[in-house]
Amino acid sequence: MSQPVLKVENLRIELALRGSIAPVIDDLSFELGAGESISFVGESGCGKSMTALGIMGLLPDKVGRIASGSIQFDGEELTTASEKRLRNIRGNDISMIFQEPMTSLNPVYTVGEQIAEVLRAHRGLSKAAAWNSAIELLDAVRIPNAKRRVSDYPFQMSGGQRQRVMIAMALACEPKILIADEPTTALDVTVQAQIFDLLNDLKRQTGTAIILITHDMGAVAEMAERMIVMYAGRNAEQGGVEQIIDHPRHPYTKGLISCVPHIMATLSEERHDLTEVAGIVPPLREFGQDRCLFASRCSMVSQQCLEKRPPEIDFKGGQKSVCWHAEALK
Amino acid sequence: MSASNDTPLLNVKDLTVRFAVKKGGIFAKAKHLYAVDDISFQIKRGETLAIVGESGSGKTTAALAVARLVQAYKGQVELDGTDFNALEDEALRLARAKVQFIFQDPYSSLNPRVRVEKIVREPLDNLETVPEGERQAIIDKLFEAVGLHPEQQRLFPHQFSGGQRQRIGIARALATQPDLIICDEPVSALDVAVQAQILNLLRKLQAEFGLTFLFISHDLGVVQHMCDSIAVMYMGKIVEYADRMSLFNSPKHPYTQALLSAVPSVDKKRRAKTKRILIPGDPPDPLDLPKGCRFANRCPIAQDRCLTEQPSLDAISDQHQVACHFVEP
Repeated sequence: MSQPVLKVENLRIELALRGSIAPVIDDLSFELGAGESISFVGESGCGKSMTALGIMGLLPDKVGRIASGSIQFDGEELTTASEKRLRNIRGNDISMIFQEPMTSLNPVYTVGEQIAEVLRAHRGLSKAAAWNSAIELLDAVRIPNAKRRVSDYPFQMSGGQRQRVMIAMALACEPKILIADEPTTALDVTVQAQIFDLLNDLKRQTGTAIILITHDMGAVAEMAERMIVMYAGRNAEQGGVEQIIDHPRHPYTKGLISCVPHIMATLSEERHDLTEVAGIVPPLREFGQDRCLFASRCSMVSQQCLEKRPPEIDFKGGQKSVCWHAEALK
Repeated sequence: MSASNDTPLLNVKDLTVRFAVKKGGIFAKAKHLYAVDDISFQIKRGETLAIVGESGSGKTTAALAVARLVQAYKGQVELDGTDFNALEDEALRLARAKVQFIFQDPYSSLNPRVRVEKIVREPLDNLETVPEGERQAIIDKLFEAVGLHPEQQRLFPHQFSGGQRQRIGIARALATQPDLIICDEPVSALDVAVQAQILNLLRKLQAEFGLTFLFISHDLGVVQHMCDSIAVMYMGKIVEYADRMSLFNSPKHPYTQALLSAVPSVDKKRRAKTKRILIPGDPPDPLDLPKGCRFANRCPIAQDRCLTEQPSLDAISDQHQVACHFVEP
C-alpha cells in the first residue's frame, strides 16, 4: 500500500451514559492509503458514524471523547490538535457528506452562496471568484445548466441534485479524504448509481481517498477496495472487498452478506429462506465487556466466546478477523 | 395476465387517481396531478405482486387507492368479485376487513399509548367479524405466529425493537383474516439483519395462511425474493408488467433495464455481465407531463415518435407486457 494518508491506531472513543461510560469505538486500527477507497459496514449502532465523527473531531461536546489511541493524518496527530487546527483541516483536507442532503444544507441560502462560503473561508477567494468556482463545481458534479441553478435554493432541487451540491461543497477545497456517511440511503437507486459514478470519477481525477460508510454490501462491492466490518464498536473483520465477500472469516460478516436477497447474475426459479442473524445489536452498556459481543447472535458460539475477547487473526492477503472460530469458518 | 382460468383475487382495471393542485394566484384554475394514470393489474390468491418504482412514481398512491384510503378518480378495484369502489358506508367499513396494511415505519404506525395487545385487537373490535369471546384466542395465536411471546402482549410499543414492532404490525394486519395484505415498504426502515427476519416471516405466513400480498418496494433485491410478478411504475404509468423470471432475467423496457442495472451487487458475475445504464437528468414535472412517452427525455433509445405518441402497455408474451414503441414481441 502507498504511504497512508490516514492512520488510526488503537482508537477508543467513549460516550458518557447516565452513570457509566461506554466505549462506542473500542480498539480500532486501520490505515487509508492516498487515493484509496475503504468502506465501513455494519448495522446501526455499531460505531460506523462515530468513527467518522472521531476523525473529523466532531464528537458531541461533553458526551463523547477520544479516550486513547491515535489518529494520524498525513503524519500529523489529530487527537491532540487544537480546535483551530482541526477547523483548518476540516473542509480543507478532510471533508464529509451526510445521509440527508436536505437537512445538511441551509434552506435560506442559495446553493451557490453555500458553496462559495466554503471557498472564501478556506481558500480566501474573493466573492466573485468564489461564485465563479461554485458554478464550475456544480458543473463538475453534473448539475445541468449550472450557471442558472447556482442561484437556486435547496428546496428547488431534487434529492439527488442536493446530494450533488453537498459533494460539490465537500470537494471545493480538493480534500485528501472524503468521508461519505450513507450518502445514498435517502436516494432512489438510479440516483444512487449516478452519485456512485460521480464519486468514482472524481476520485480518479482528484486522487481523493474515500471512506464510505454504508450497510449495503452491494454498494461496498461496487465502491470500495477494502472494507472494515464493525460490530458493537469493535472491528470484526477487515480486508480486501472481493476476498471478504468470497470468503468471510467472521460469522457476522457472513451473516451480513447472506441475510440480504441480492440480485445475482441469473435468477433461479426457487427461493430459499434468507439466512437470519437472530437478535439485535447489544445495548451500549454492554459494549466493552471482555467477551465476544457478537456471541449472543452467533451460531458458532462456544464457551470461549463468552469468557474472553477474541484475538485478531491474520489471514493471507491482509484479511483479519476478530473471532475465536475464524479459522474454522467455511 | 396469464391465460389460466382461475379468476384473480384482486382485479384492478384502469385505475386513475388525481389530486387537485393549485399553482399560481388564488383565482388560478386548479391543475390536476395524475399520480396514478390508468393502470391495470391482477393478483391471484396466494401470490404476491410487487409494484416497484422510484419515489414519486405513484406506487404508494396506487396501493392506497386499492384499499380506498384515497378515492380513485376512475377505474375498478375488484376484490374477490366485489367492486370496492362501488361500496359505501357500512358495506365499505365491513369490506375493509378483507384488505389490511403493513406500513413502512413501525415506529409511527403503532400508537405509543396503547398496549400492543389492544393494537392487535383493535381491528377485531372495530369490525366485529368474530364474537367477542373468541378474540383473545385469536390474538394469542397471532402473537405466536409472528414469533412474539404471549407475555409481551401487555407491553407498550416503545418496549420493543424495530423488528419486533414490525411483527406487531404484521399481527395486526392478520387479525381480521384479510384476503389481501398490502405491504408498503415493510422492511425499508429496518436494519439489514432484521430485514431478513421479517421477510422470512412474511413468506412463512404466506405459505401457512395462503395470504395474498400487494408488495410496494423500491428495493429490487427484496422484490426479487418476495414476488411472483412485478409491475414497474414510472410517473404514474405501468411501463412493464411481467412474472418474476421474465422481468429479472430479460427486462425489456429501457427504464426497467436502467433500474435493474443500477442495483449494486455483491455478485462478481453479475457486475461483469451487467453494464450500468445511467439515465441522465430527472423525471419530468408531474404537473406538466409530456405528450408522448414519459420516459422519453431520459431514454437512451428515444426517437421522434416517443415525444409525440404515448406507448401502450402491450403483451409480448402471455407473461410479459411492455409499454415501449421499440420492444418487439
